[in-house]
Amino acid sequence: MAIKKKSKPKAGIPTSSMSDIIFMLLIFFMAATSLKTVEGLKVKLPRARSIAKLDTPKQSVLFVFIDRTGNISIQDKLLNVEDVSEVIYPLRRNDNMLTISLRSDQETQMGMVSDVQNELRDASALKVNYSAKPK
Amino acid sequence: MLGKKNRPPAEIPSSSMSDIAFLLLVFFLLVSNVDTDKGLGVVLPPPGDSEIKLNPKNITMVLINANGDVLFNEDVIPIDQITAHARQLEAGNPNMVFSVQTDRKTKYQDYIDVVDQLTAANVKKLALIGTQ
Repeated sequence: MAIKKKSKPKAGIPTSSMSDIIFMLLIFFMAATSLKTVEGLKVKLPRARSIAKLDTPKQSVLFVFIDRTGNISIQDKLLNVEDVSEVIYPLRRNDNMLTISLRSDQETQMGMVSDVQNELRDASALKVNYSAKPK
Repeated sequence: MLGKKNRPPAEIPSSSMSDIAFLLLVFFLLVSNVDTDKGLGVVLPPPGDSEIKLNPKNITMVLINANGDVLFNEDVIPIDQITAHARQLEAGNPNMVFSVQTDRKTKYQDYIDVVDQLTAANVKKLALIGTQ
């Protein structure tokens, strides 16, 4: 009677499925990435501590950029202060959840920001989020 | 004499496949920035100069001048003490409204600092009156 050798299970990570897993991840990141270059104006966001994540769905967020010299940009278009409410009002009418993400430079003067806020009030876009970076 | 020709097998080399995929994966990992927009949420007052009569006792004026100095109920205080003061007032009077006013030349960062401090104090009623 021959002594049978016990067959030991091989100790190794199965590599055959590795490429499948990596491909899956790859496809996920390719789909999740938007290769859009930064829109709007160049701003250095202010710093704050008690910031929270925006809880509005992405499609309802409208970015309003104000740079340090007082240029205003919405949806990649430069605007005058007086025209802000005209641009925002139709958007607001179509979207109840519309939230304005105000991306203003830390050096911007409050006069400008205040004017824009008044325009937002005229357009009834009252939900505003002051974009900031963690301190 | 007909010798069979030795044909190379028609196959895509699959051994390097995972390397290529890895490379692409790393590239997209680096390039993608899962957009996280963080900030301080506020709700602006509705349009129109609707004056709401408030008991002066329930109003705390927070004024910020062009240099970033803060006048908190007629006292000049450092910005980092606003939270403590606001908490105290809020505890004493839950109906307290904090009215933030700035100069037209105030820097946005100073304003955000103040709003940040008030948010940290869990202030529920924040009135942003704007500029003077």
